[in-house]
Amino acid sequence: MTPRPDDDIAGLRIVGNRHWGRWASAVVVLLLLALALHSMLDNPRFEWDVVAANLTEESILNGVLMTIKLTVISVLFGFAGGTVLALMRLSSNPVLVSVSWAYTWFFRAVPMLVQLFLWYNIAALYPRLALSLPWVGEVWSAATNEVISPFSAAVLALVIHQSAYAAEIIRAGIQSVGAGQLEAAKALGYRPGQIFRQTVLPQAMRTILPPAGNEVIGQLKTTAVVSVIALQDVLYSAQIIYQRTYEVIPLLLVATAWYLLMTSLLSVLQHFVEVHFSRGNSQHRRNWLGRAVPSQESEA
Amino acid sequence: MSEAIRLRGIHKQFSGNPVLKGIDLDIAAGSVTVILGPSGSGKSTLLRCINHLEKLDGGTVHVGDTLIGYQRKGQALYELPEKRVAEQRQRIGMVFQQFNLFPHRTVLQNIVDAPLRIRGQKRVEVQARAMALLEQVGLAHRAEAWPRELSGGQQQRVAIARALAMQPEVMLFDEPTSALDPELVGEVLQVMKQLAHSGITMVVVTHEIGFAREVADNIVFMDHGQVVEAGDARNLLDNPQHPRLREFLASVL
Repeated sequence: MTPRPDDDIAGLRIVGNRHWGRWASAVVVLLLLALALHSMLDNPRFEWDVVAANLTEESILNGVLMTIKLTVISVLFGFAGGTVLALMRLSSNPVLVSVSWAYTWFFRAVPMLVQLFLWYNIAALYPRLALSLPWVGEVWSAATNEVISPFSAAVLALVIHQSAYAAEIIRAGIQSVGAGQLEAAKALGYRPGQIFRQTVLPQAMRTILPPAGNEVIGQLKTTAVVSVIALQDVLYSAQIIYQRTYEVIPLLLVATAWYLLMTSLLSVLQHFVEVHFSRGNSQHRRNWLGRAVPSQESEA
Repeated sequence: MSEAIRLRGIHKQFSGNPVLKGIDLDIAAGSVTVILGPSGSGKSTLLRCINHLEKLDGGTVHVGDTLIGYQRKGQALYELPEKRVAEQRQRIGMVFQQFNLFPHRTVLQNIVDAPLRIRGQKRVEVQARAMALLEQVGLAHRAEAWPRELSGGQQQRVAIARALAMQPEVMLFDEPTSALDPELVGEVLQVMKQLAHSGITMVVVTHEIGFAREVADNIVFMDHGQVVEAGDARNLLDNPQHPRLREFLASVL
């Protein structure tokens, strides 16, 4: 090798790209943000003092509880129902398959708000509800209007709506588990129920959780529609106050703050649940915060 | 020697396309039988019929004295409910080409779960047996690893330990080394050789002629859904009678 003038590499520094564009765009966006924030804090019509005063008002807190209650009930029963619908859809019984398909088709097609009104007014179709058994006769009956309160109508509509969406999410999750996993479990002698609980579901969860988290957060916000049938969730509680005081915007901001807080908590919860179910499947071992930690060294 | 597995007149078709056309086979208890044959000959399907992963279109499978997958009433075979088949499968271990370890369980959990949950055996006992099995396949130090942290060869050795943990009477191997990188094949075959000497009945579908020559008692050569030639391993490899077998051996050696 003959030496060349640029072979002198002692003391050479390596300088990475400077990314001037990144700096410029960050500055522009921060400026715009500051302007927006300034206008919100500087504009007296936001009435932040009213927001603060009403944030923990008793009726608002009760409304928050109602929103949480509706979300929890509809998510629990919605996903339980969705699991049943998904299993029906994946079964080899053509009747179950079509019924499940039709259910999902119908309840995904009708807007939540319309379903809510329909259930609330179900008495127009069935004025009396009755349970009769053969030979025994009527065991129980009641006027529909006594059974269907705003709360029960809301729960019905939310659960039915949620289960239709949950069914599709769960079906996708179940189908994502490889056939080899089922065969391995069968070959070991697991019974069908055990295979579903021990092999299919834990693995399906990885596929189910991200969209399910979306659904739960969506459902929390969807519960706001119950205000149209005068059920006192957090939105309706805010509405009751501003109809009296005309402080419309501050009270909507109170509701907004509560929705923000609740959905943020749900996002954090979703993260931890996802970390739990990703065990064994991530590239790296993860600690409880979901941060990658160095894997135990492989076999020497 | 008594038979561990008895196949009579096995027929199987996939959407009208016959893959097994009347297989009769006896597999002696404690023997190692290797099933050879070109791809598409039906050898994997035959293996999967033994533990009823495939339903039959005709014929019977006995493991020991038990009719597998069906109940005979007069001149009809009624398929058993899944629960009953699951009980029968506990006695038949199987190792798959793709290992199929449960990715959400550690190596040790993969092995202990079935004996604990299905057999309801004591945790202390099962744990000790699992560790002994891991020792046997040379992976005791990886008990707490996740499957995806292991190489293919290591995963397959764990899969063998998992099947053995149920203390089966027979072990079925469905191309256990076909998905492995060439340098990892040896470690799995080594474990299988050890196992062969332990006296368990083994049926192995493989392309590893070397393994067949060294370990197998009997060889079954299949082609187009039929047993073309079967018999003593060394005899059959050194002195193949049927032209199809001769052709096959020439192509794989």
